Amino acid sequence: MSAAPQAVASRARAAARTRRVEPGRLLLYGCAVLITLFMLTPVYLIALSAFSPSEAIFDYPHPLVPTGLSFDNVRFFLTYQGIGLALLRSIAVGGLTVGISLVLGCPAGYALARYWFRGKDLTQLLLVNVRAIPMVIISIPLLVTFIEWNLSDTVWSVALVHGAITLPLTILITASVFLRIPAEWEEAAMSLGTSRVGAVLRVVLPNSVPGLAAAALFAFVTSWNEVFVAVILTLRGPTLPAALVQQLSESPLQFRFAGGLCLTIPAFVFIFFMRPYLFNAFGVGGK
Amino acid sequence: MSDQIGVAAVPRVGRRSTRGGARARMRTLTPYLLIAPAMLFLAYFLFWPAISAFGVAFQTASGEWTPANFQALLRDTDFGLSVRNTFMLLAIIIPLEFAVALAMAVLAQSRLRGRGFFLYVWSFPLAISDLAAGLVWLSIFTSHGYLNSVLQDLHLVRHPVGFLNYDNLPGLLLAVVVAETWRSISLVMVVIMSGIQQIPAELDEAASILGASAWNRFTRVTLPLLRPTLQVGLMLRTTAAFQVFAVVLALTGSGLPVLATKTASWAYGARNYQMAAAYAVLLLLLSSLATLAYLTFLRTPREVYQR
Repeated sequence: MSAAPQAVASRARAAARTRRVEPGRLLLYGCAVLITLFMLTPVYLIALSAFSPSEAIFDYPHPLVPTGLSFDNVRFFLTYQGIGLALLRSIAVGGLTVGISLVLGCPAGYALARYWFRGKDLTQLLLVNVRAIPMVIISIPLLVTFIEWNLSDTVWSVALVHGAITLPLTILITASVFLRIPAEWEEAAMSLGTSRVGAVLRVVLPNSVPGLAAAALFAFVTSWNEVFVAVILTLRGPTLPAALVQQLSESPLQFRFAGGLCLTIPAFVFIFFMRPYLFNAFGVGGK
Repeated sequence: MSDQIGVAAVPRVGRRSTRGGARARMRTLTPYLLIAPAMLFLAYFLFWPAISAFGVAFQTASGEWTPANFQALLRDTDFGLSVRNTFMLLAIIIPLEFAVALAMAVLAQSRLRGRGFFLYVWSFPLAISDLAAGLVWLSIFTSHGYLNSVLQDLHLVRHPVGFLNYDNLPGLLLAVVVAETWRSISLVMVVIMSGIQQIPAELDEAASILGASAWNRFTRVTLPLLRPTLQVGLMLRTTAAFQVFAVVLALTGSGLPVLATKTASWAYGARNYQMAAAYAVLLLLLSSLATLAYLTFLRTPREVYQR
């Protein structure tokens, strides 16, 4: 057991550290803990109300600790008329969005990562600033277009718009992923007799799987969370958030809480896997 | 990330001499061929609709040009209310979340123990939709919700407070502000952190060696250098805050009309796309004005680049 002396030593060091904690540092920890509580308490409370027995809604004041575990509310939500289908539609739209943004985004990202070309700076500037276009404004003319195409109220119509929303960032993420793979590896593969396409397929793509997975996850979650476009473009075939919005005014509170929980849970999983790419996906690029 | 892209490998020119021009031409064409499908897709589904919204807003349903939609918009019930509510939310949320997010970014950069855990918890709302945020906080603010439960347990109130009653404007604003800040503060924090990481650490160290206090280093070194980042963050968040939608709907129903909920109800409930487009055009104009204001007033002084 060589770990024991080490543990003692580290404990001693920790003790030494706590002994000379300055008040300023304590204040920092206090702030950090307060912010953490602000972030987590609502999640705890919605989980509490979603997993409580359905009679618990009538207990008032509500106890702040669980009094019993029940899946009634969540089951009621998931089996409610139309919710199951809406869930499937959300998954389908998310899948199509991932497909569109990766199929169009990977080649564009590769071009940005490996080539210099006229208009490159302008392209990057455009991709970074495209987020300034309000989503509210693009959905109305597209609704008119989709009605003309007989595509309105379909999974494809929502996926095409979600694809356009996620594509600019997908291009920037994939470009940064490809940049991390040395161009020399490709050249080595090409000098061993494969074409550039072969080198991309056998060397670049296999090595960029984690990064591309993050880009895909990012596109999926953006689509999964998007409310406004989905509400505008669908009526009888809504996605999960759109179905929730449709039912908001007439559904019981427990239904809404269970829905809120179902929409919240994936966020924890998503951010856990996205941590290394947070700054690429959400941060501000260079200049 | 774009300056990373900027240093991308320049194509090698050594090998093309034998096969001559055709191959070289192919090489200059390749990046355009790779990037064209994506740009065409964006042009069709993003840029073109943004422009053609103006067409819809200034036309009748049968396609004649008219300013009637905007005249009707000005007379619309709740038009004034929705403008006022949108601006009130914006004026509270943006300063509040930027102040707190700055503090969070600084905290996350300082060498706290458990920094990874704090950062994880503080960034998970990045992946939460505005609808989910609204529903989560509904369980707290609803009349028989957790906030009233706590207030009653502490004997601070005798009867549940109707925070979300349609005539309780401060209550409605409070609920929406808290829920929207909770959801979007992570984004602001990540944007600010990415800006702080681009500031050379030597500057802070130099100021520290010269005896500047932590507060002075923050206000005299970090904050001025963060200006470009703050500018971009403010533009992003203000554009988004003008479009605040599902949070409001989930928490208040129709109790607190804002511009985006009016847009949706004209398109969705009334199927009047001209009116909806008029509201959307108004939103675009307002957020463009805000963007322009940030570009003008938060411009990085030229001498920063000359140094």
